[in-house]
Amino acid sequence: MSHAWDTIIIGAGHNGLVCAQMLASAGHRVLVLEASNSVGGFAASREFSPGFVASNGAHFLHQFSDELTARLRLERHGLRWSAVSLATTVLGAGRHLRIQGALVEGASEQDAVRWQQLTARLARYAGFLATVQRAIPPRLGSVDFHDRWSLLKMGLRLRLLGRTDMREFLRIAGMNVYDLATDELDDPLLQAALGMDAILGSNFGPRAPGTVLTMLSRRAGETGSANGYRVPVGGVGAFASALAAAATAAGASIRTNATVAGIVVENDEARGVDLSNGERLSATRVVSSVDPRQTFISLLGTEHLDTGFVRRVDHFRQRGITAKLHLALNALPVFTGVPKSQLGDRLLIAPSLDYLETAYNASKYGEVSALPALEISIPSVNDHTLAPAGRHVLTAIVNYAAFDAKNGLPTARSTLLSNTLAVLESVAPGIIDLVSASEMLLPMDLERENRSTGGHWHHGDLAFDQFLMVRPFPGAAQYQTPVRGLYLCGAGSHPGGGLTGLPGRLAAEKIQRTDP
Amino acid sequence: MTADHHYPSPPHFRKPLWDTPFHERARALSQNDQFVPWSGYSTVDVFTTVEQEYFAIRNAATLYDLTPMVKYRVAGRDAQRYLNRLVTRDVRKLKVGRVSYVVWCNDEGHIIDDGTIFRLTDSDYRICTAERQLDWFLDSAIGFDVEVEEITSSVAALSLQGPTSCYVLKKFGLAGIENLKPFELREFNAGGRTLMVSRTGFTGDLGYELWMTPEYAVPVWDELMAAGRTRGIRAIGSQALNLARIEAGFLMPNVDFISAEHTVRMHRERSPLELGLGWLVDFDKPHFNGRRALLKQKAAGINRMLVGLDIDGNKPAHNALLYANPTDERECGFITSAMWSPTCKRNIALAILDAPHFAMGRRVHADIYLHRELVWERRMVTATVVERPFFAPERRRLTPPADR
Repeated sequence: MSHAWDTIIIGAGHNGLVCAQMLASAGHRVLVLEASNSVGGFAASREFSPGFVASNGAHFLHQFSDELTARLRLERHGLRWSAVSLATTVLGAGRHLRIQGALVEGASEQDAVRWQQLTARLARYAGFLATVQRAIPPRLGSVDFHDRWSLLKMGLRLRLLGRTDMREFLRIAGMNVYDLATDELDDPLLQAALGMDAILGSNFGPRAPGTVLTMLSRRAGETGSANGYRVPVGGVGAFASALAAAATAAGASIRTNATVAGIVVENDEARGVDLSNGERLSATRVVSSVDPRQTFISLLGTEHLDTGFVRRVDHFRQRGITAKLHLALNALPVFTGVPKSQLGDRLLIAPSLDYLETAYNASKYGEVSALPALEISIPSVNDHTLAPAGRHVLTAIVNYAAFDAKNGLPTARSTLLSNTLAVLESVAPGIIDLVSASEMLLPMDLERENRSTGGHWHHGDLAFDQFLMVRPFPGAAQYQTPVRGLYLCGAGSHPGGGLTGLPGRLAAEKIQRTDP
Repeated sequence: MTADHHYPSPPHFRKPLWDTPFHERARALSQNDQFVPWSGYSTVDVFTTVEQEYFAIRNAATLYDLTPMVKYRVAGRDAQRYLNRLVTRDVRKLKVGRVSYVVWCNDEGHIIDDGTIFRLTDSDYRICTAERQLDWFLDSAIGFDVEVEEITSSVAALSLQGPTSCYVLKKFGLAGIENLKPFELREFNAGGRTLMVSRTGFTGDLGYELWMTPEYAVPVWDELMAAGRTRGIRAIGSQALNLARIEAGFLMPNVDFISAEHTVRMHRERSPLELGLGWLVDFDKPHFNGRRALLKQKAAGINRMLVGLDIDGNKPAHNALLYANPTDERECGFITSAMWSPTCKRNIALAILDAPHFAMGRRVHADIYLHRELVWERRMVTATVVERPFFAPERRRLTPPADR
């Protein structure tokens, strides 16, 4: 049985690249196939207007651990930071707050203390969740040693939180972030800042059940780095390039412009892929970093799967309602009351939780938000490679835009663009006049650009029914699939989305353990 | 992929049980007003006496209203691939104009239902089932270019069974019916009406099933009755049919097995291997629902099996528990269907037996309870595992059938 490759990885997103590096280091002959002309997917950078470069999806790194960065030697492979430990500035009408971890400036003394206490408490829960995130999820009811040990460790770590914390964790874990934030804090900006951490990229408003879990998961991801919110020189795409360089250095081959049309199955085992140009590549195993729906329904084909399993694939919730805005600016904008030194911060426009919830309502009815909530980065403040001299790039994650735009895509795109610009103009008067080029990517655009079903930033909502040992769904939750030799390694798998590299890493560990 | 609303019937919430297109004729012949619900229709359980109707199946010709049998049309470019993934048999071997008995399983390899697939054209199939399956069939269609539509009420169906059934159809006007082979399917023209006829049935005897538009139902019934007058034709109800199917060794869903979709208790579901239907499972064809689970089950060995029993005495062993030794505290199996077979002159039953008791020729003991004028009597009698079917006359396969 001789195959050209030990492992073919579909998709050179960051998880695919992490998986490739680790398997290549372990001695696999690895080939990564990427449909677009560059690596990175949601973590790529692109020149959206001549001379202006924006991060395609996520515009900050904050969940990729220092340990993994060191292990992959990303800095040796070209990763440089233009800014680290960025503060979060929350903008409201006429005032703003600045948050740096547990410290907050601009809130009442009472809220500042409460924020500190809440942050410390949430950090303990996030610490527990971080250990869960960094392990292959156990199979329930299994007699396998690893499964039992992993489940036991999880229970033990929960117990080690202590009686008070364990109770409190279990109390709030299923809550919505709206209730938690209003219970704990008075300042609407501070409440909304907590709310934004719970909903970014997902199909949730702050009142959605389980949003405390998504907020804690985000914080859990952040526990692995001492550098907080950070931006690579050249944008997030430079991070993807460093990952690609690390994978190549470990011996993996990466082919761009190679669209996989289907997964080859022989004798009920995945044995390679067919490319859209008709080429067939054979391999001992196939690892897919694309979303589960596309992997199983489009690439593998339901004829190789049981109906009950396909039902679970079909029910996986992965409708994105998060849009992305890229602006080319002729000069640095002025945000009312915000010092110029803070403009490189992570800027949030979320004046209150009700503002967020109202913005979310639109997405339920096929519309775009009249007053969208934004997470903004102006990376060119700290990185002059992203825009011509004296000019700037502004990128924003825009909440929300319904996946199925009721009035058609072009209308939704132009409506959301003008709504977003109006919101920006309200906190940064004159910014509209500075815009020389703009690009609004709706969820459907992100789906097309990044070949990710639903254009969902995390390949699927993170919620209790799509979490841990049931992510993406039973039968595929341990990176293995019903078809022998086919694995998942993308954000659809545990622990989910965000630039953590963990799904790719854990998939590589699972493969080395069970199918070296 | 639409619901079924072809035949003009009132909505189910106004009339919970619909009448079949044959209802008027059935009502007129029913002597006991013994109607029972079947898949949303009111149907006859016994017209006169079950004995009279049973003996007509084995000695003359019988008409049975099959309309409530749930029917689906499966059509489209991927219809064959779709069905081949759905059921355990190799549907690629089913030629146009043929019928195949099939079962389908869930992911765990447990039977959801059994039924028959009719291949009408290259890409047009009909599948008849005991229970409604639209949900499972539609979810199974994800990723296939196929249309699944329930057509139960737009197809009226009659089963004509018994040794004189071929003669009756010839007299009725179906030229060439005698050349129709078992499990063959053909369109016939009779008096300007187009009927689809298949040589299929649930009696293990010579017999046919007739599929037609509901508008033809009453005239076809009348003409068949007239054509069969000299051959002892009579309408039969479900009770007589049930006796014939036990003799033929056929399984009845919800009697001999429970659909895996309906079981709530552990280990109440059944795989085809456990029902003695291993011959319906083709591991050599491409993937089908439950294949991986069934392969594991096959490798691990079967813990229980449905078998035929020949029981001493003449008291039907309804619902009897089975014991390896008469003094055992724990049973080793139980009866699912039982009868005294008048044709075989044997006391027969279908039963589920634990390993190793299901081996052919093995003897177990049936604990039979008899209710006699308010007094319960108990008989522990020997039962032997035997081959199924219990009754398989040559005439069921003979082509052309005897002209009588």
